[in-house]
Order: sequence, then structure tokens, then C-alpha cells
Amino acid sequence: MLIPCPHCGPRDVSEFTYGGDATKERPDPGSTSAAEWCDYVFARENPRGPHLEYWHHTQGCRLWLKVRRNTATHTIESAEVVGPWAGAEERRRDKGQDVA
Amino acid sequence: MSGYRLASGGLIDRSRPLSFTFDGKRYQGFAGDSLASALLANGVELYGRSFKYHRPRGLFSAGVEEPNALVTLRSGARSEPNCKAPVVELFEGLEARSQNRWPSLGLDVMAVNGLAGPLLSAGFYYKTFMGPTRKAWMLYEHFIRKAAGMGAGTLLADPDRYEDMNAFADVLIAGAGPAGLMAALAAAGSGARVILADEQAEMGGSLLGSGLPVGEVGGEVGGDAWCRSALAVLAALPNVTLLPRTTVYGYYDDNAFGAVERVADHLAAPPEGAPRQRHWTIRAQRLVIAAGAIERPLVFADNDRPGVMLADAARVYIERYGVAPGRRVALFANHDGAYRTLHALAAADVPVVAVIDPRRSIGTAARAAAEAAGAELLTGHVVTRALGGRRLTGIELAAYDPDAGVKGPAARTLAVDCLAVSGGWTPTIHLASQASGPARWDDTLAAFLPGEPAQPWIAAGACNGEMATAACLAAGARAGAEAARACGFSPSPVSIPAVTEQLVCDGILPLWDARLPKGGGKAFVDLQHDVTASDVSLAHREGFRSVEHLKRYTTLGMATDQGKTSNMAGLALMAHERGLTIPEVGTTRFRPPYTPVSLGALAGQARGAHFRPLRRTPLHDWHVAEGADMMEVGLWQRPRVYRREGESVEQAYIREARQVRESVGIVDVSTLGKIDVQGPDAAEFLNRVYSNGFLKLPEGKARYGLMLREDGFLWDDGTTWRLGEHRFLMTTTTANAAPVLAQLEFLLAAVWPELKVAVTSVTEQWAAMAVSGPRTRDVLAAVLDDIDMTNAAFPFMGVRAGHLDGIPVIVARLSFSGELAYEVYCGAHSGEAVWRKILAAGRDHDIVAYGLEALGTLRIEKGHVAGPELDGRTTAEDLGLAAMTSRKKDYIGSAMLDREGLTEPKRLKLVGFVSRDGQPVRSGSHLVSADDSESPPRSLGHVTSSTYSPALEKYIALGLLEDGRERIGQELIASYPLKGHRVEVEVVSSHFFDPEGSRMHV
Repeated sequence: MLIPCPHCGPRDVSEFTYGGDATKERPDPGSTSAAEWCDYVFARENPRGPHLEYWHHTQGCRLWLKVRRNTATHTIESAEVVGPWAGAEERRRDKGQDVA
Repeated sequence: MSGYRLASGGLIDRSRPLSFTFDGKRYQGFAGDSLASALLANGVELYGRSFKYHRPRGLFSAGVEEPNALVTLRSGARSEPNCKAPVVELFEGLEARSQNRWPSLGLDVMAVNGLAGPLLSAGFYYKTFMGPTRKAWMLYEHFIRKAAGMGAGTLLADPDRYEDMNAFADVLIAGAGPAGLMAALAAAGSGARVILADEQAEMGGSLLGSGLPVGEVGGEVGGDAWCRSALAVLAALPNVTLLPRTTVYGYYDDNAFGAVERVADHLAAPPEGAPRQRHWTIRAQRLVIAAGAIERPLVFADNDRPGVMLADAARVYIERYGVAPGRRVALFANHDGAYRTLHALAAADVPVVAVIDPRRSIGTAARAAAEAAGAELLTGHVVTRALGGRRLTGIELAAYDPDAGVKGPAARTLAVDCLAVSGGWTPTIHLASQASGPARWDDTLAAFLPGEPAQPWIAAGACNGEMATAACLAAGARAGAEAARACGFSPSPVSIPAVTEQLVCDGILPLWDARLPKGGGKAFVDLQHDVTASDVSLAHREGFRSVEHLKRYTTLGMATDQGKTSNMAGLALMAHERGLTIPEVGTTRFRPPYTPVSLGALAGQARGAHFRPLRRTPLHDWHVAEGADMMEVGLWQRPRVYRREGESVEQAYIREARQVRESVGIVDVSTLGKIDVQGPDAAEFLNRVYSNGFLKLPEGKARYGLMLREDGFLWDDGTTWRLGEHRFLMTTTTANAAPVLAQLEFLLAAVWPELKVAVTSVTEQWAAMAVSGPRTRDVLAAVLDDIDMTNAAFPFMGVRAGHLDGIPVIVARLSFSGELAYEVYCGAHSGEAVWRKILAAGRDHDIVAYGLEALGTLRIEKGHVAGPELDGRTTAEDLGLAAMTSRKKDYIGSAMLDREGLTEPKRLKLVGFVSRDGQPVRSGSHLVSADDSESPPRSLGHVTSSTYSPALEKYIALGLLEDGRERIGQELIASYPLKGHRVEVEVVSSHFFDPEGSRMHV
């Protein structure tokens, strides 16, 4: 399986570490019930088909990615950088400059 | 089958005789022979004994589908079982042994299994030996495994080398028969990078040795000659890689392929420097599957007698190897294509007794072939039984009606020593099946064809149901061009040679069962796994009716050949039992590998010392030079003890630990994870990551911190040092260095992207050593240039940057041992220099280097937790660290800290144990009540870490105990029943030594 890392280009899955369901957002600890926490920490769907998931480019740029992958076919629809570096590659391409 | 070498013909080199042995007997063959063709040429009839019934078996095929002629090749460390004789290339001095026979191939006492045949049907083992308990199976398994089986592997280490290779191509072509060669010519002409792989030593597939006229009318050449010229063209092109002896065995995601090149399997031993095999990982934009087809046998009684052989295999032995398969041959086939074998037999002057065909009418060319061979043509007939024991002596025939089936009784008996059989052809859809939807049924071929592609591949030739050579050539050219176009190239048309071929797999009458009604004998469906037609019926009767159940209950298609010749008949018989059509019953999906792949090839260079990376600390060479006992800790090599002459490990660590408490010691702690944390929000970030407060940690101070998992359990611990307003150095446990970094990166990316913090691993940039003991200050003060070491200027948990004899260092006053102690960090390259300077300065104080054992002893005496206590099941409260879980802030793990299960008072708690009877306490021992009323006694907890304590002069241990803190003062037994070990222990506080911590604050 190839994951199209926005920073490094298509790379073999062996360079990445799976990071779990990316539809889960960490709730605010101050205002969240025990049940909601339980859902965030333990409950996971196991969908057949499209799935949004985290992948860490551990052996590459070390960016965390959100990857939309079909669990039945392993087709990857999209992969985007998560966090402060999201969109940095596009910005660099658009402006023709180094954003770092 | 009494085969013999023909006077002429074949692709063998008769000027190069090769000598070899089979079961110790010496034979001769020629260069270009396979082991099978050479044995056949020598008249060998018996090749092995069958898997379950130990029936005598002969040579059945001429390819990887061979179910019978499996041998063990070579001897000693290079001994290799289950090699298929037809694909073993002959070499000088080859040693082969038959398998699954005792004491010898000719006399096999296990053949009595054949007499007990009715008992050994499908499910026999499950029904008989499993019984209501496991006990029966445990008793019988050994004998069953001995009686039923394949060749035995060697226990010696493989002396050969294996390589890994990665390759990238536009077009990969699997199979170099007529379709594959044309595909390569068509694709390569466009400039596309082409890899052409074929499992055989010689490329050409069905054209090898074939005299089939190919080319322009009037200018035809033999098929063999055409394929040689095509290969010469391809070999000259720089964009083409030819990989003979290479099987593309697996189709993986994103058009990645696994292939094994047998670099030196055809030699006695690999030449100097060459690998035995090379594993290729190939990525190609397009795959052209030109894998051909495999002929299938027919099912009749005793159809496994040595001398029954696939019809096209008989032709291949004549045309390619110059070997006649017998002296009186009959052909039993249900389609015209098999009649091609008659041409070969006639050309070789081998008498053909009869042609038996269930069809009423056959093609004109087929009829002509039978006449030309001088054979009696018996249409509307089938072979119902093969006669003979260790060799075929004859066949029984009966009339056949396509509607009513076999009409008994047997009409005639014919004396033959070779029966060529063909039940049609099964396209080799394995690779396609690995990357497609369900296989499609084709009525005209009575076979499955590749399903809808789920990845970009194109099938061409016989594997796609195009059986005629002309059709293969045309399909190959089309597929090659299409593949190149798909990769952005513009292929120009290639000329497709004409072929004069009259006998192709036409007009097939599906025939799945030619047994006489109520006839005896065993009719094999799967020759290699000894699965018979009646086993399929039995599976049906017992309810194992889906193809998946049929396969697993009878083991049909589960041998080393994965059912290459047997699957279709098995499916057809089950369909018949269920009153369904074959496509309604369906087929199982093929999985990689297509043919067996050796573990050596998969392991490649990752074996022995290269099995996994080895991490050495900057001080590694010093440890080794000092004669330390090195041990593996994860990937790291760490010194365990520095034994002196005559010392045991225990004596050494006791000496080392005692010296630390009495004077001073130094230990390498470079393996600790080190993470540089920088940014304006670094303190805020750490405060959210650790369960205790970090916001107010002043510059120049370190703090011990706990990290929890989101579920509230304890995860990691370590000290973090504030080096500047926006800069921290975090340390983690050795084991969690990488996971902690990944988690910090995740939090900064996905959870708190607003925090301005950067984290970087600096584990390998720093050498780290801990110097401990009452004399430490004197030692370090002597070598540090510019750090004031007084207690007032450099208090406990202080961090100071400075120089050690000119070398930049950071010193932190931390203590894992409970003594006055400092950790000295320096650049990795200066590690050994700093270490040696400290040792030199400590010489007058009798400084000692200590290893992991003493490090453990010292921390256990202090009740400090480490990996064995941080086992993923403990909470801060369990380990007596509840004060470090803040109630005033939110952090990772805080939300779930108060879950019912985590606050349950009965949870196992950390306590200490002292051995009462002078015996060591084994880690992993269970703690049980001292009174023996319960049997087996209930476990109250377990021992996590143990040591001899030189400070207490007793064996002590840490452990997790139910109601632990309430049990202090109780006597328990630390029990290790596997070793018969029982020690009386007293429960004590985990702080064995200097509980006030006075020693480290001086």
C-alpha cells in the first residue's frame, strides 16, 4: 500500500504507523461526561469501506496525516497533514517560497 | 511407465552428460534435463509414496503443478524437502531422495494405511483421535505426523545467502510463453521499462521444444526457434529486464509484487559471492498476466497408478526432453487439444494402443491424429479403472453416454504402461484472483477465468481462456500495447506471426467422474493430499457443502501444490452432489504465494546479527573492552555486570552496588529517551502531558514526572529539565523513547495545534552517565571546570551547564540510587572521554563502573518503580504515587483517573518483600497465603522485581499485592510452581533503604 504523504510523496506503508480513527476528537476534559470520555477512549467503529484515519509518517517526515482509506479495497482517496503544518506544501507551491 | 531416452530430439545437450543419484542409486542425464525427465529417461517408475495412504506414485506432470514426484534435494544443511522433480534442473552430482516412505521406497510398511483406506476418509483424524478431550490427540499426534506427511526439513542452519531487491517498472509481465513474449515485444518497443519474469530457466513456455510452425506463410520457423529470436530482440533492449527462474508469486496493494529469483537453485551450491535466491519487490504501473494454463486430470478408480500422466506432460517429455513416457501408451481425453500428444508420440515412434474419448464426435484433425498414430479410437468410452500396483499394467474401459454417464460393467481391458490423461485446461488465474472480483465461469472451456480487475492488470493468453497459440500471440501483443499506453507511452503496432495449429482445446465435453457405478478402488481428486471422490461425497453427506468447508474438511487443495490439478474436479463433484452448476458452487480465492516461497528468501539479509538493528551507546566499546557481560535491552546492548575473575553475576552486582553505597560508582544511562522540547508554550504543553505540575518549574531545575495514558493508567516516567525559559530536555524510559515522541507529536498536531512547541528526539545526540555514592561530589568537583558543586549552590534536582575538563556538559543532580548522585550529559562523541575523566578522578575514591544489575539492586532497595512495575496495568495510586496526579489541572489521563475500576480499594498495590529463609525471590512468583487450605491457592498478587540487597543483607523484592499496604507485616509465600520454587516472605514497605531520603540530600 502506498500512502501519498503530502510532504514526501507516495511512500510505502511500512514507513508509517497507524494512529487509529481520525473522526474521534478529544473532548474538553472540563465539560465532558464519563460516558463521552469512555466513547472517545474505547469505542471504535470497524467500518467496511471509507474510513478516516490517522497515520504517522514515522520513518519519514514525522508528520501526522489524516488519510481517507477504503478498508475493503485499500484505496486511498486523500491524505492531508494534520496540525500547524497543514497546507504548508500548498502554500509553498503557490508562493514559490519556503514557508518554514 | 517404462520411459526411455529417445535417440534424438529435445532441447537437451547430449554432449554434456550429468551424473546424479536418486535414493543413493547413480543415474545419468544430460544438461537441459529436469530431474524428472532424467529419471523418466532411466526408466524410473516409482517417485514417492502418497501423503496419507502411502500409495506408490509416479511422475504426473511436467511443471509446478506436480502432485506426486516430490523429492528431498541435496543433503546436510542444504537439504530441501518437497522439491517438485519436474522443475528441478539437473546438475552434476545432484542428490535426491524420495519421501514419506519407510524403510524404503519399494517396501513401505506404512502402505498398510492403504488397506485401512475406508477408515482414513475425510475427517478421520477429527473423529477418531480428537475425542471428547485433548488427551487422545496428544497421544496419537506424534504417530500420525510420522505416518502422514511430506519430506522433513533440516534443523541445520542454512549456509547460503539470500538477497532482497527492489525494482520499478512500467510494465511487469508474469510469464514468458507466447503471450508474455509478444506482450514484452509490444510494450518494450514503445520505450516503456519492462520486466519479463518466468518461472522456468528457459523462457518460451509452451513453445519450448515445440515444432509448431510460427511466422509468415512460407517463412515459418518452429515455435521454439521463433521464441529464441524474440528473446534475442528483448535481450538487446536496454529498457527490458529478463528475469528467468523467477516466479511472481504475490500481488499486493498498489501494484506491488513479490517475486523470487532462484539464482543458484540449479547448482550444487551458489558460486562464491552469489546468493541462493533473490527476493524481488517489484512496483509496476501495469501487470500483464501471461501465466498460461494447467492441464487437469480425470477421475477414475486408481487413477494414481505410476504411469498415469497428464497428456501434455507426455508431449513435453518427448518434445522438450527427448524422453518417451512409455512403451505402450493410451490417451484418455475429452477435448481435441490433447490429441497433439499423439503427434509427438507418433513422431517418436512410441506405440499408441488406443485413444479413449467420452465424446461421440471429435474434430477432424483429432481423428486424423489418432489414425496417424495408429491408435484404436474409442469414442463414447471412458477409462474406469487403472490396473497394476507399483506400475501401470493396464486400463479398464466402459461405454459412456453424455446424458446417462458411465455404463457398466467394464467393457474391455487394455494392456498399457502409460496412460496420458487430459480433462481440459484450467487457466492459471492465481495472480489475477489475488486482485480481482469473483472468477468468471466459461462454459466452452469448462473453467474459471479471471474476474473484474480490482487493480490495474491485463490478462493475456491461456490464463485468460485464449488457448490457441495464435490467440495467445495476438492477445499478448494487445495486452503489451495497452499496458504501455496506460503508462503514457505510444506503442507502434508489432506484427503478429501466424501459426499453423489445428489441435487446440476445442469441443470439450466436461467429464468429472469416470468411475463405474458401485465400482471399487480409490478415485483421487487431490493426488498430493490423498483426497478421493468419495471424500467429497462424504463431506457433502456430513454437511460440509460450501467450497470453503469442503476444502478444510477434506484438505482438498491444501497441499504444497495448492490444488493446481485438483480444485476443478473437487468443485465439480460437490456441484454434482448438491445438484448445482459449478459457477453456482463457486471457487475459493487464491492467496499468495503461487508456488511455495522459502523462508530464506523472505528473510533475505535480515538474519543473525542483521535480524534487527543493534543500538550501541557511545560508551559501548569501553564496556566491551572492560569485559562487561553485555545484554540486549530492546535493540540496545547494555552492560549487565563487570565481572572480575572468578566472580558470579550475583557476586559482581553485589560488589558493584555495595561500592556505590560505600563510595562512588558510575553507570551508563545513555539509552534513556531524550526529547528536546522547545517553544513559547513548552511549559504549558508539559503541564498537559505530565500528571504533576510543570508550569512553575524554574530554569535550572529538573522534575520527576509521570505520564498517563488517556485511560488513566500509568504509562511512562522520567525527569524533565528546564534549560531555559522556552527550552526543556525531557527524559523517558528506554523502552518508551519512541512511543512517547510519537505521542507528543500527535498531541501537537491533532489535539493542541495552537501550542507553539517543537519536539525533537535527541536520544542519540547525548551520552549520559549517572555518578552515585557518598564520594560523588568530590569526584565531580575535581573534574568540573566551572560548576559550583556545593550543596547550597547546586541543590537536589538542580541542573547546571558547564565544562568537564573543557568538554561541554550538562549536570543534573538526580538520584535513582538514593545516594548523592548526579547525571552527566555530554555530546555523544565526547562520551567516552568524559567517562574516562570521571573514572580517573574517582580512582582515589575507589570508583566502580556498575551495570544494569546493580542499577536494579539500588533502585529496588529504594522502592523506585521501573518497567516491571509500569506494566500498563498499574495506576499512580497503585504504585504509591497518587500525590503526583494533580487534582487542579487537566492533563492526559486526568478525565478517566477516577473510574470505578481504578479507584477500587482491592487493587494490587506496590509493596516490598523480604525473604525470610535466605532464598532468592523469583520475579514472576505469585503471592499466596501461607496456610495451605486452598488448593490451588488463590493468587494475591505477584513479584515484579527482585534482588539481593547488600544494604539489608537479605533477598528482597518488589511486587503488586491485593490490599498490599494493609498487609504489611504479614507472612506470605512467593510461589513459582513451574520451577517448584516456594519462598517465605514478609510484606514490608517498598522503601527498604533510607526511607527519609537523607542520603541524597547531603
